[in-house]
Amino acid sequence: MTVHDIKHAASDSARLEAVGGRLSRVDGPAKITGAAHYAVEQQLEGLTHAVLVGATIAAGKVTAIDTRAAETAPGVLAVLTPDTIMELRGASDWFGKAPAQPTFSPLVREVTFSGQHVAAVVAETFEQAVAAAALVKVWYDETPAIVDLSDGKAGDGIPIEAMTKEWGDAEAAFAEAPVRICAAYNTPREFQAAMEPHGLIARWEGDELTIWEPSQWLDGMARTYAEWFSIPFENVRLVSPYIGGGFGSKALALAHSAVAAAAAKMLDRPVKLVLNRPQNFTSYGGRAATRQTVAIGADRDGKIQSIVHRGVNETAVDGMWVEPLGSVTSIMYATPNFSSKQNVVRVNTVVPGAKRAPGENPSAFGIECAIDELAYELNIDPMEMRLINYAEQDPHAKKAWSTRQLREAFAAGAEAFGWARRSPQPRSMRDGHQLVGWGVAAGTYPVRRAHGEAVVKLLSDGSVVVESSSIDMGQGTYTILAQTAAETLGVPVENVTVKLGDSHFARAGVTGGSRLAGVMTGAVHKAAGQALDELIGLALSDPRSPFQKLQSNTLVVRDGRIASPRGEGPELLIAELMSAVGRDHIEAKGDTLPASTTPEERYKNYTTIAMSIPHTEGDYSRHSWCAHFVEVRVDEDFGTVRVSRVVSALDSGRLYNPKLAESQWKGGIIMGIGQALLEEGIVDRRHGRIVNGNFADYMLPTNADIPDIQTISVGIPDPHSSALGGKGVGELAIVGIAPAIANAVFHAKGKRVRDLPITLEKLI
Amino acid sequence: MRDFSYFRADNIEAARNAAALPGAMLLAGGTTLVDLAKCGVAEPATVIDISHIEGLNAIDASADRALIGALAKMSHVADNAEVKSFFPAVSEALWQAASAQLRNMATIGGNLMQRTRCPYFRDPANFPACNKRVAGSGCSAIGGVTRGHAVLGVSEACIATYPGDLAVALVAFDAEVDLGERKLKVEDFFLAPGATAEQEHDIRPGEVITAIEIPGSAAARRSTYIKVRDRQSYEFAAASAAVGLELEGDGRTIRDIRVALGGVATKPWRARAVEDALKGKALDEATIREASELAMEGAVDHGANRYKIALAPRVIARAILKLGETA
Repeated sequence: MTVHDIKHAASDSARLEAVGGRLSRVDGPAKITGAAHYAVEQQLEGLTHAVLVGATIAAGKVTAIDTRAAETAPGVLAVLTPDTIMELRGASDWFGKAPAQPTFSPLVREVTFSGQHVAAVVAETFEQAVAAAALVKVWYDETPAIVDLSDGKAGDGIPIEAMTKEWGDAEAAFAEAPVRICAAYNTPREFQAAMEPHGLIARWEGDELTIWEPSQWLDGMARTYAEWFSIPFENVRLVSPYIGGGFGSKALALAHSAVAAAAAKMLDRPVKLVLNRPQNFTSYGGRAATRQTVAIGADRDGKIQSIVHRGVNETAVDGMWVEPLGSVTSIMYATPNFSSKQNVVRVNTVVPGAKRAPGENPSAFGIECAIDELAYELNIDPMEMRLINYAEQDPHAKKAWSTRQLREAFAAGAEAFGWARRSPQPRSMRDGHQLVGWGVAAGTYPVRRAHGEAVVKLLSDGSVVVESSSIDMGQGTYTILAQTAAETLGVPVENVTVKLGDSHFARAGVTGGSRLAGVMTGAVHKAAGQALDELIGLALSDPRSPFQKLQSNTLVVRDGRIASPRGEGPELLIAELMSAVGRDHIEAKGDTLPASTTPEERYKNYTTIAMSIPHTEGDYSRHSWCAHFVEVRVDEDFGTVRVSRVVSALDSGRLYNPKLAESQWKGGIIMGIGQALLEEGIVDRRHGRIVNGNFADYMLPTNADIPDIQTISVGIPDPHSSALGGKGVGELAIVGIAPAIANAVFHAKGKRVRDLPITLEKLI
Repeated sequence: MRDFSYFRADNIEAARNAAALPGAMLLAGGTTLVDLAKCGVAEPATVIDISHIEGLNAIDASADRALIGALAKMSHVADNAEVKSFFPAVSEALWQAASAQLRNMATIGGNLMQRTRCPYFRDPANFPACNKRVAGSGCSAIGGVTRGHAVLGVSEACIATYPGDLAVALVAFDAEVDLGERKLKVEDFFLAPGATAEQEHDIRPGEVITAIEIPGSAAARRSTYIKVRDRQSYEFAAASAAVGLELEGDGRTIRDIRVALGGVATKPWRARAVEDALKGKALDEATIREASELAMEGAVDHGANRYKIALAPRVIARAILKLGETA
């Protein structure tokens, strides 16, 4: 649970505190002064420290583990192996599907990827645990590993029928099209690389478990712990006050989480376990490596006749991850004929996971590069090519867009960028030794919707408390929920305190898929509205209220003061009214679920993703949209690429706080620059092991790599997407950046690079 | 991290005596030692902290020479006005190295002792074979991921790249390293692996670097350091070049030229073949580019690092051309 004092944060403009105002992040001062204590920074009496031992092979069996030296090392309390760790029950997956195995051991005998946890040491100090972990000797019976998608043993993989999308006769129409392009586009294994590593503190008190752990989904993770240890859901309390970056990686309780919680139970002492940086590259999955083939057939005037798309992503030997590669391909452009199919290939890796815009991100890399190639083939301006094929409705769902300001995005972005001054020929723009290139690409992300609940309390001093088990990982939840409550209740924003990050608060589903803001502003708006109704009801009906004799139908609350709509009669502070009627608080719980929802359905709604609402439900197809314009400089001798300018115009619907939305968009664009030019998990193909699992060798962009970024909001309120009219923000902007850069590199250098990242040796 | 004993040396004699002990390692800025201890490569029995020794951080630079104490911080040397004026390549190599935080901690002496970034060297738990760590144990890098590995000065025992920047500039300008009893050319201080990859430096037990000295020259005054890498900051060089240039009075004939390479060799690499080919020649782009190719004589690639053979001569050529453009 975390509380922020907003009084010092309100500084900007007039309507700062209302929804849509540019209020600064209320958690900002705590973070920059170090007052913010992250999950594993909690100070607990008797805390012990666990360190993991990872497999040094990618496939095979553990034949023996010698723990004697470690057990007798100073400070060691326990050495856990698959033989000695307590048995856990299997937990259902995030859809709520029952586990394949009834039991679960987070330490393994059968190794399916390098770095998999095979043992753990618990000691009084962290240093003792590290030293003892190095003394654990493990013997293996190694078997050949499938190291990546290009491994000869990998094969074609498993067709995923649910990913097939087809209409018309795509292959025949492609064969007959007068203009055809066909190319393969590859993206490597990428990692979320959050600054804050994964880790947790677990403490048992009887059969009640408290976990301090960075989490994008308190209720879902609490449910997993409850199932592992066969205790009631209510017995687990998950606390996640701040999150130092998640990017999709922190929504699940993972094997290392189970090791810490089991060790705490076995030792009856609180246990802290934090993954070191290399372990953050092997203990949970990043973005799966992908391969796509995109074939486009078109008329000579550029009108697309057919798109044939085939995709493959890697998954684990013992886990399934589908990265939906046809998600953007199937909706971005109008085409009478379409076919998309996808396979997954099992390789010896930790099961891949969600990284910012899973699916849409690599999907856009394929289609947005391919349409650029078609534009050059036809000598049509790449932006014009996109407008020629503009989809007036969802080509796949055959439904109207709820809102689609993509045409407006192209217009606003092109104007701000100066696209009209572009010289069309590749290699035609230069600045000294630097070849200059301009590229464009579009992006999109669906509006994922779910339900949430919130508690709003009006206290006797007129202050307001909002509680929710949703979280803030830097995107601004604390801030926008304060703005929502303040506006709905008619109180100053500095009177509102938002409490998040405790699973004992009102429930929330996963913070992922850019859904939290839309869901939670709706829940807070509803709860605050109920609290306001109760306040006004009291004021009108309570015999002790000075408003009772007014015989008015309603009252208004503005700046924390209650009055009649026309101003006749008294004007009271909320605190004065509460005092007059003798109430110490008013509390309302609001949720966005239908009233008929059963308790079982509510539990399922918050602890699984099975009840998410499809973005094509009803009459509309709901998506955010964007257009990116990028300038790159490619050194003619060195092949190095630097991004020198980015202008992005984005349609996220109504923005609850433009300052925070712009910050998230820019974060996505920066992450996209890293994806385009730098990021790649490099596997030693002899050992199936990532060799650059650290922040010196896994390249992420530095400040020096990032130019000025201009973002332009072209969204309009979308009543079909959320209660207050917003669409998704967090993931949208990364979608389309990598192809925009690849397209700009082609314009600069005249060489098409279809394998990310675009490193210098590909352009020498 | 293993337990070790800690000894703070108050003067250089105490440091030398302690450094002679088996298993002793020096601690200055700590940016290399702490890092290598965390990844299990360095397991010192005794850590000798020399960071409190007084008088070892002086920077005394003029047109004639630069004398830089071993404990001078990288950031201080990079910022020194005389170093910038009379040895610009040294300053440029330093500020393009590491990150601002590391440069504020790391010392010049420690920088010379920086170890390779070869991922196999740095991961003993997963890759026990490494001739640098354990003589005769083999090389895990050959046949593995070699994008960053050396193409010059390699052997069957080791292909690990020397990662630093400063020493490349030092080698170009004939700098010496002061070890107390001995003074060595920096070029000779670094050892190519040959059959003894575990020996990276010509330094003996009980020797402590106290200073480096760079002789002044016209070429050092007109010098530059170009570092090429995918990331603009905080990355080791894919290829780098320290170049100094002195022209005849006609303003176009090369009287003296110094060329050294980083990021492509097992030690800071002086490219004398390029220097010899260009001395007395006119400053002409085609001539420069052709001569720069001579730096790659004897280069051996291991697949993924082949691009370095094409890249390095271009870095040299661009550095010379850049100096030619400056009056």
